[in-house]
Amino acid sequence: MNKIYDIIIIGGGPGGLSAAKSAAENGAKHILVLERDREVGGILQQCVHNGFGLHHFKEELTGPGYAQKCYDLVKDMDEVEISVDTMVLNIENKSDDKKIVTCVSPRNGLQKIEGRTVILTMGCRERTRGAIRIPGYRPAGVYTAGAAQRMVNMEGYLPGHKIVILGSGDIGLIMARRMSLEGCKVEAVLEICPFSNGLTRNIVQCLNDYDIPLYLSHTIVGIKGRDRVEGITVSNVDDSMRPIAGTEFDIECDTVLLSVGLIPENELSRELGVAIHPRTNGPVVDQHRETSIDGVFAAGNVVHVHDLVDFVSDEAEIAGKFAAIKATGNAKKATLDINVNAGDGINTCVPQHIRLTSGEDESVRLFMRAKSPQRKVTLHIKDGDGEVMKKPLAIVKPSEMIAVDIPAAKVKNIKSDITVSIEGAK
Amino acid sequence: MDKVQTKILNCIMCPMGCELTATMEDGVVTSVKGNSCPRGEKYAKDELTNPMRMLTSTVRIEGAALHLLPVVSKSTLPKGKILECAEALREIKAKAPVKVGDVIAPNILGLGVDIVASRDMAAV
Amino acid sequence: MKTKADVVIIGGGITGTATLSWLSRYDLSCVLIEREPDIAMGTTKANSAVLHAGFDAPTGSMKAKMNVRGNTLYHEIADEYGLDIKWTGSLVCAEDADGEATLSELLARGEANGVPSLSIISGDAAREKEPNLSDKITAALHAPTAGICWPFGMAIAFAESAVVNGAEIERECEATGIKIEGGKVAAVETTKGTIETKFVIDAAGVCADTVAKMAGDDSFSIAPRKGEYILFDKTAQGSMVSSVVFPVPTKTSKGILVCATTHGNTFIGPNAQETDDRSNLSTTPQGMDEIIAGAKKLVPNLPLGASITEFAGLRAASSTGDFILGESSVTEGLILAAGIQSPGLTSAPAIAEMLTEIIVSKTGAKKKTEYKKFIPAGKKFNEMSDDERAAMIKNDPRHGRIICRCETVTEGEIVDAIHRPCGATTVDGVKRRTRAGMGRCQGGFCGPRVIEILSRELKKPIPEIRKDGIDSYMYYDKKYGDGGDK
Repeated sequence: MNKIYDIIIIGGGPGGLSAAKSAAENGAKHILVLERDREVGGILQQCVHNGFGLHHFKEELTGPGYAQKCYDLVKDMDEVEISVDTMVLNIENKSDDKKIVTCVSPRNGLQKIEGRTVILTMGCRERTRGAIRIPGYRPAGVYTAGAAQRMVNMEGYLPGHKIVILGSGDIGLIMARRMSLEGCKVEAVLEICPFSNGLTRNIVQCLNDYDIPLYLSHTIVGIKGRDRVEGITVSNVDDSMRPIAGTEFDIECDTVLLSVGLIPENELSRELGVAIHPRTNGPVVDQHRETSIDGVFAAGNVVHVHDLVDFVSDEAEIAGKFAAIKATGNAKKATLDINVNAGDGINTCVPQHIRLTSGEDESVRLFMRAKSPQRKVTLHIKDGDGEVMKKPLAIVKPSEMIAVDIPAAKVKNIKSDITVSIEGAK
Repeated sequence: MDKVQTKILNCIMCPMGCELTATMEDGVVTSVKGNSCPRGEKYAKDELTNPMRMLTSTVRIEGAALHLLPVVSKSTLPKGKILECAEALREIKAKAPVKVGDVIAPNILGLGVDIVASRDMAAV
Repeated sequence: MKTKADVVIIGGGITGTATLSWLSRYDLSCVLIEREPDIAMGTTKANSAVLHAGFDAPTGSMKAKMNVRGNTLYHEIADEYGLDIKWTGSLVCAEDADGEATLSELLARGEANGVPSLSIISGDAAREKEPNLSDKITAALHAPTAGICWPFGMAIAFAESAVVNGAEIERECEATGIKIEGGKVAAVETTKGTIETKFVIDAAGVCADTVAKMAGDDSFSIAPRKGEYILFDKTAQGSMVSSVVFPVPTKTSKGILVCATTHGNTFIGPNAQETDDRSNLSTTPQGMDEIIAGAKKLVPNLPLGASITEFAGLRAASSTGDFILGESSVTEGLILAAGIQSPGLTSAPAIAEMLTEIIVSKTGAKKKTEYKKFIPAGKKFNEMSDDERAAMIKNDPRHGRIICRCETVTEGEIVDAIHRPCGATTVDGVKRRTRAGMGRCQGGFCGPRVIEILSRELKKPIPEIRKDGIDSYMYYDKKYGDGGDK
């Protein structure tokens, strides 16, 4: 009952499971993973399509297949305990090495569990109709793509038969194909931006294969139907994404699926007092994924929304490793704290700072998102003294995270805050 | 049908997404332009002559905590047969327990490809 | 359904349910019919949720009388019914001399209406109460007796208390006609059969004129006026307000306000748009722009990125401009509660009290000897201490499973909401009773789970579970081949 865990991991998706594995491999003896659903795996369990794992596992897997791999790697580890059907209500920071996690489950009731460190891997949630203010009626038949995906792929029901999808991010595209395979008619995919936010591969294989039209620079300006969706009104938008009067047309449909963005799920982090970055909407972290609170780590979509689960696993392994080092009392004290700033052309960059120790010998991977799509650019990383490194990139897109490693040899020479920027071809 | 056809397609081999212009004569790709690397040329040829796709879907399952089992084709299937294969999976009902990789629908539609479970599912 | 009753109430909004609750204290058989799948689905579900102090309505009007009396009654009954009310007070904000002159008028009118403790305070004093108010505000009328409430919760509490005391609520039951014999009400015809009765209470909101016409009274009409709202996440509260903030009122409306809700959210709205369509609950881009512009006059830095939903409601404005209360001058036994727009929510208990007195005086009904004290749904899991939560889960493990993570609603609470008297039958019904789906993810996470629980508890297949309205079915069966059972 009074067991003290080295690490308590909040969330048993790919992030939580990967963190647990890495923590165990790096010396943590008592690791607890708390998962609110009936099984681990998180949202991957409903992502039945493939395309996962090429980077991390070097093989192409489906979502459930990826979750299975993550679970298989920890399920027999003595160090790792998993508690499903358990919801964390609160995390308290008692001291640098004492965190109290309050959680509830039908089986164990309300528990207060002590950990030396905590890793936040709660993932993200979907932006809703209300957040983007789609006008019109409020009938049944408007769902976030993820909610519909769960009903179709795990519960076995269809959200409707004539479908319009708002948002051409990968989730929207994947759902367009999924609904087509289920025998539904996908009338259109609408995208408010002048470019798709999904992978070209998904445009080809999810839309073109099924003759589904993609309307760029279009959005929904009205939903019709009092009880159930009967149709929508669509409008062209201008450069500032405002509807253009006179361009409206109607599409008859019984369902609207929304794929309009994801938001890191940081209710617990905020209550705990972790500093949240205004752009990523996730905790500010250092290169070890330690947050502004000592002993509280964060990784995956809770930090910043990823497009590849492989990078979630990579990031979670970093968090798991350094949480283990901290929990076992082996953390080195930082001597220099360097900010990583997003400069020209860069929207977000994680980690937001790098804490260097004397004799630093680790490379640092930066994850960035570009502000707009561009070809043939150069990524520059500069500190106060000048260029730390640069890297040419054939293409950058806001939808695809850029990952760049600063080699250890260069990391240890950094003396002041660095800025990452993109410069176009000369 | 014209003997010489020009087809435009987006390469999906990498994030570059090159726009490819392919010329076809008598169903054979004779030239590919717009690609930045050799993979683009191969993609255009395959895609225009014999497009193949993976199939992922679900089948019903009995005796498990969930109602559906996610499945995946062991290898790619002809693109034109994908919807028919998805239709065929509606006829199938698996029975728990199932292990990842278990064959759920052998040799689907006689195409020589097995449909397998993409995860474990315990019996309850 | 009963085929005979002493009183039939048409309409399950706040007026109908409050009246049913008041009547259920007497030895009367009462039936309330509601055409929708749940009560509180009309004006009651989409309004400003403000309990007004009572300075707006002209002195001597029914609105003024009922408002002030209603406000007093809510102070008295809040605990008995377990109502979610916060007496936050309200401010009417002026930004120039004209506006300040209106404040003085409102103060004088309020005092004449019997509203206690009104005062005019300086702009700085107003900003001390609400730090995010505009610098341009020069003075404000402060009404400490105003409050905010949880309107559906109140209607549900009224309904439940009545059902526990023998009243019947028939949902998905629409009045199709009223039978008149010798100038007197004889029966109400409904989609579920005829109920013989001598008294009909017309609490049909935007359709009150249609119902009155069924009984031969066409002395008034209702012109619905739509109001649109934007609701904000709890995280935005720090940059919004913690009470009720009005601009200086116009002739037709109290204006676009910025207001807190009882659960820590905030909202802006409503605008006022005439509409012929009595079911027009659509929001519009123009309406959104209008309420944003209006609210910015009060709180210039609105946290627009934190909006979580938009909705519209219809005010049942009457052709007389006032509430129409009491027995029809045309048909005996037709008791009107029509034109109930703002301050209708505040007035509901006063209207219930008044209509009950009419029925009692006409029937000579006596108070029930055994009136069952109503036991409210109780403290929400969300509001409990850890010890209370632990005890609750021990008592029923279903409270250990959190279904709605945004609002921390347990499976046990949802099951309870379904099985209480006049329980939830729809997803939004669960939402109005428990707040599951009210939070920032708007049911994105809990929606499918709530549907599953409704299906299980009501023993209905998932395709029969509805969101809110009669035909608001949410999910369909997949089509399987012969190999399947589904």
